[in-house]
Amino acid sequence: MLITCPYCGPRDVIEFTYQGDGNRQRPQPASQNLDAWNAYVYDRLNPAGDHNEIWQHSGGCRAHLRVVRNTVTHEILSTEFARGGHKTESRS
Amino acid sequence: MAEQYLPERQSPLGPEYHPGSHGNFEHGVDVILSEMRPGTILQLAAWPGEERQLIEIIGKVTGLALPDGAGGGVSSGARAAFGFAPGKFTVVDEAEGLAAAFAGAITPAIGTLTDLSHGRTAIRIAGPRAEWVMAKFFAIDFALPAFPLGAGRSTNHHDVFAQIQRTGADQFDIYVFRSFARSFWKALCHASEEVGYEVQ
Ligand SMILES: [Zn+2]
Repeated sequence: MLITCPYCGPRDVIEFTYQGDGNRQRPQPASQNLDAWNAYVYDRLNPAGDHNEIWQHSGGCRAHLRVVRNTVTHEILSTEFARGGHKTESRS
Repeated sequence: MAEQYLPERQSPLGPEYHPGSHGNFEHGVDVILSEMRPGTILQLAAWPGEERQLIEIIGKVTGLALPDGAGGGVSSGARAAFGFAPGKFTVVDEAEGLAAAFAGAITPAIGTLTDLSHGRTAIRIAGPRAEWVMAKFFAIDFALPAFPLGAGRSTNHHDVFAQIQRTGADQFDIYVFRSFARSFWKALCHASEEVGYEVQ
């Protein structure tokens, strides 16, 4: 499985760390909405198909990435920086 | 001058550094390994949106025209600089004390400077089989069109994080954590045995 880091280009999955489901919506830290916290901690779509995920290129540039991966085929459909701001021209 | 009080730096490669020819060198030495021992190794980071400002400052302080773009870099012999992550750059100088030259230039609004001169070890591999040996360590493309002169790459070998800059058509400078340097160096020597290597 290759993941194309927007900065580093295509790299082996061994260089990346999975950081969890990218669909989670974290409540405001002060929120006392227990349903929202419960959903954030436990509710997962667990689709057989395209899935929004957060990965870190921990063995490379260390950027956090937003990745869409097909959980059946492991095809990587898209990658982008998880947080905008860095406008560095990408290599891919 | 402050320089005279700087401590003498010990090489972490110590007892594993054996100048001379080794391995299968009867038919020629195909890679040359050396420890570069630069005086300054800096990590510079720009806050989002301040990257071009930082590139400009690097140019002003070092005289290096750092190309914009992922992994862009340049080396001039005594000095080198390359991007290794979004908004982050490694800057190297043969001489000590380059951090002081940056200190006034990088304001808190632009970014940060971290002096890693004592934290990283710089190893150079050069020669006609340098690409071959490097390809045994790192799963990246070392061919010149994919990894151009001056460019930098961040990758790792068995969890030993490495920053690599191409400083010649057949030459790479590898920056590894000082604490892993001796282990990495030994592995690099073993991997170079088949092609014949010289330690300088
Ligand atoms: Zn990366």
